[in-house]
Amino acid sequence: MSSYEARFKVWRGDVQGGGLEDFEVEVNDGEVVLDIIHRLQATQAPDLAVRWNCKAGKCGSCSAEINGRPRLLCMTRMSVFDRDETITVTPLRAFPVIRDLVTDVGFNYTKARQVPSFVPPEGVGPGEYRMMQEDVDRSQEFRKCIECFLCQDTCHVVRDHEENKPAFAGPRFLMRVAELDMHPLDAAEDTGLDRKRTAQDEHGLGYCNITKCCTEVCPEGIKITDNALIPLKERAVDRKYDPLVWLGSKIRRR
Amino acid sequence: MSVVDRQEWDVVVVGAGGAGLRAAIEARERGARTAVICKSLFGKAHTVMAEGGIAAAMGNVNAGDNWQVHFRDTMRGGKFLNQWRMAELHAQEAPQRVWELETWGALFDRTKDGRISQRNFGGHEYPRLAHVGDRTGLELIRTLQQKIVSLQQEDFRETGDYESRLKVFQECTVTRVLKDGEKVSGVFGYERESGRFFVLEAPAVVIATGGIGKSFKVTSNSWEYTGDGHALALLAGAPLLNMEFVQFHPTGMVWPPSVKGILVTESVRGDGGVLRNSEGKRFMFDYIPDVFKEKYAESEEEGDRWYDDPDHNRRPPELLPRDEVARAINAEVKAGRGSPHGGVFLDVSTRMPAEVIKRRLPSMYHQFKELADVDITAEAMEVGPTCHYVMGGIAVDSDSAAARGVPGLFAAGEVAGGMHGSNRLGGNSLSDLLVFGRRAGRHAAEYAGAAGDERPRVDDVQVDTAAAEALRPFSAEGGEPSEGPPENPYTLHQELQQTMNDLVGIIRREQEMERALEKLAELRVRAGRAGVEGHRQFNPGWHLALDLRNMLLVSECVARAALERTESRGGHTREDHAGMDRSWRNVNLLCALADGADGPAAADAARGRIALTRETTEPIRPDLLALFDKEELVKYLAEEELYE
Repeated sequence: MSSYEARFKVWRGDVQGGGLEDFEVEVNDGEVVLDIIHRLQATQAPDLAVRWNCKAGKCGSCSAEINGRPRLLCMTRMSVFDRDETITVTPLRAFPVIRDLVTDVGFNYTKARQVPSFVPPEGVGPGEYRMMQEDVDRSQEFRKCIECFLCQDTCHVVRDHEENKPAFAGPRFLMRVAELDMHPLDAAEDTGLDRKRTAQDEHGLGYCNITKCCTEVCPEGIKITDNALIPLKERAVDRKYDPLVWLGSKIRRR
Repeated sequence: MSVVDRQEWDVVVVGAGGAGLRAAIEARERGARTAVICKSLFGKAHTVMAEGGIAAAMGNVNAGDNWQVHFRDTMRGGKFLNQWRMAELHAQEAPQRVWELETWGALFDRTKDGRISQRNFGGHEYPRLAHVGDRTGLELIRTLQQKIVSLQQEDFRETGDYESRLKVFQECTVTRVLKDGEKVSGVFGYERESGRFFVLEAPAVVIATGGIGKSFKVTSNSWEYTGDGHALALLAGAPLLNMEFVQFHPTGMVWPPSVKGILVTESVRGDGGVLRNSEGKRFMFDYIPDVFKEKYAESEEEGDRWYDDPDHNRRPPELLPRDEVARAINAEVKAGRGSPHGGVFLDVSTRMPAEVIKRRLPSMYHQFKELADVDITAEAMEVGPTCHYVMGGIAVDSDSAAARGVPGLFAAGEVAGGMHGSNRLGGNSLSDLLVFGRRAGRHAAEYAGAAGDERPRVDDVQVDTAAAEALRPFSAEGGEPSEGPPENPYTLHQELQQTMNDLVGIIRREQEMERALEKLAELRVRAGRAGVEGHRQFNPGWHLALDLRNMLLVSECVARAALERTESRGGHTREDHAGMDRSWRNVNLLCALADGADGPAAADAARGRIALTRETTEPIRPDLLALFDKEELVKYLAEEELYE
């Protein structure tokens, strides 16, 4: 293996507009796309805006689209591309652009605030919590989420439908509802909060028609659709009519 | 006068990692209107990368554990230079801080009887680290983030505004702490997104900005770790303590080059992984220092038995404190017994079934698979030392986390010094964040409350000066030609990293550190001409140009203190002063901004911008000393300390 010159197209611009800019840039053994973006900054475009932090796939900051696919820049190795392939890097499409590869992901923080927090059980003090591993496994899977928002970006409910945003929390925050709902000690019900119902009524669970795009792009390999969204839909059905689950139950009965 | 947006808050917390968020939660719960400022998005702070766990003597796995044992381990790890009162408070309060996280929704891995599971780690006598697989930092940051959201939801119900009492200013950088006379009056900063300046007026400021690793080439630290808080405190007149102590984590990735330095968690060893050299030998048995001889196994057989029967066997030397393991790896590589890419081998594949590895070390499995094409269930990892943590930091009062000499300034977490002495034990960082984050938040809120209506005034001249300082990189082109051409901030940063890595790294020598000081003086002058293109909106070149000031200041502190301390202790190893010297045991080195630091002295390597002073540490309280055997104390303490 040796170094070579790769061709890149990187979107540059801001709210006013912009376009793809061509670059030729050196690539070395073992590098990831974020390394190449950093090399562009250091040698050709010092003001190229990109969001990043840990460079180890743990913080979920450097989300962008590579050849149209939502990915983490730091976890996409250059070796997955052919050397003569032109690599196109663009900002997340579902969110408004701020500058170059940086988008305004405020939508996600707004949605996070709309999900009621964990409700500690009455009369169980700090140090007295007892939970079995098998009972926390499910919620732990969802807590692996690094909030890269790739699932929010790819979900077709909002990707090209700005109008759906107010009513739809997106896979990440529907999964957060599921996580709390499956928490063995969450006492939301005792306070009159029915998380399953709110998933349907307030967070737009019904918009999801389980195409599993979110699961496909998850860099943590969380089975968002199968393990969070579908069970939430099944649990919601007792309280609220859902055509998908209704259909499922009819088919299974035959 | 610059037109700058101004807001009033009671407490401003700079940094939104574990310490900053814990401080903010505490300050808000005690009634202070609290603002948090962070360089990244909310929830992305470097804490997220912590893997192994939170050390807390809960005694869930081994009932023999208690705060006294934890205190002892912490002091041994720090080679008795720790600010002992901090180590005491830390050991006592850590369990409460962990249990409290559960009431905020954290989900730790469990023991068979449903309590929080605890794992073994280097230097800890008992299994002590509460953890979630190898992503404990993520769980910590998410839990604190979600607690903040829950407080904001409370405020929303009461006031109709989520941010009425607790607001996170994300993607903002603070460049100056402002003062009214001796006292803190607020902070000056800019929004990264827009480049707009702002001032938050507040009587109390908590600094919780983390570490300095980005001054070194090979580091496990993220871009945020540019020593901002260390520099802010220095510039505000607060001294830094024992900056020579920098921890090189023994196991960072060494290949491929682009990921060199990324952390490989100590849990790999805690859970059974072993270190081997190119000859296949478990070399750590050759590197057990005298002070630890009685505590570590002498044969592989004994070490291996310890995992199942810790009461009748001694622990394997792979679990020595980090400084010892890092030096040993360094020595093996130097002796020509390294791995192909200049590290050593860390192997779990022959120690545990593949399924167990994937369950207990999921992110390590993922990390090596994705970034290095290595399947750690089938082959050994290649690892080597990486700059990981700075033990030195802002000198603080142990109980209140108040910075010395600047009323209204507080510090917690990695940016604060003292707690870990000369070397930090794995797992003691996350607990440190929680214990002292809470204390800083509490005392900042009380201080701000006591200020009442007598709020310190923000001085317009200071605001204008800060604004001019921040804008200077845009005018580099128009400077005097005699001063030299504009400099590329990226180039300056790379040269700084190379200098610190090569000349003030894991093994230090007098001449090299002197050369480092000369190079730093040159870089200081050139950094004065660091220029940037483009405009202020999300401009990474500009951000780096401003961060350089902090990295250069902090690097000078490290180099000067390291040159001064003529012994080897913890995270400071002198080839020309190899042993630990008991007469240095009770000596702290303090760095302060030198008089006239902005004048011509900055260009002079001998004078520089930092003035160094020595002080004698406070004697360790007798009841705490009594927790150790006399024979052990003899190894650390000077004669006069022993007989007092």
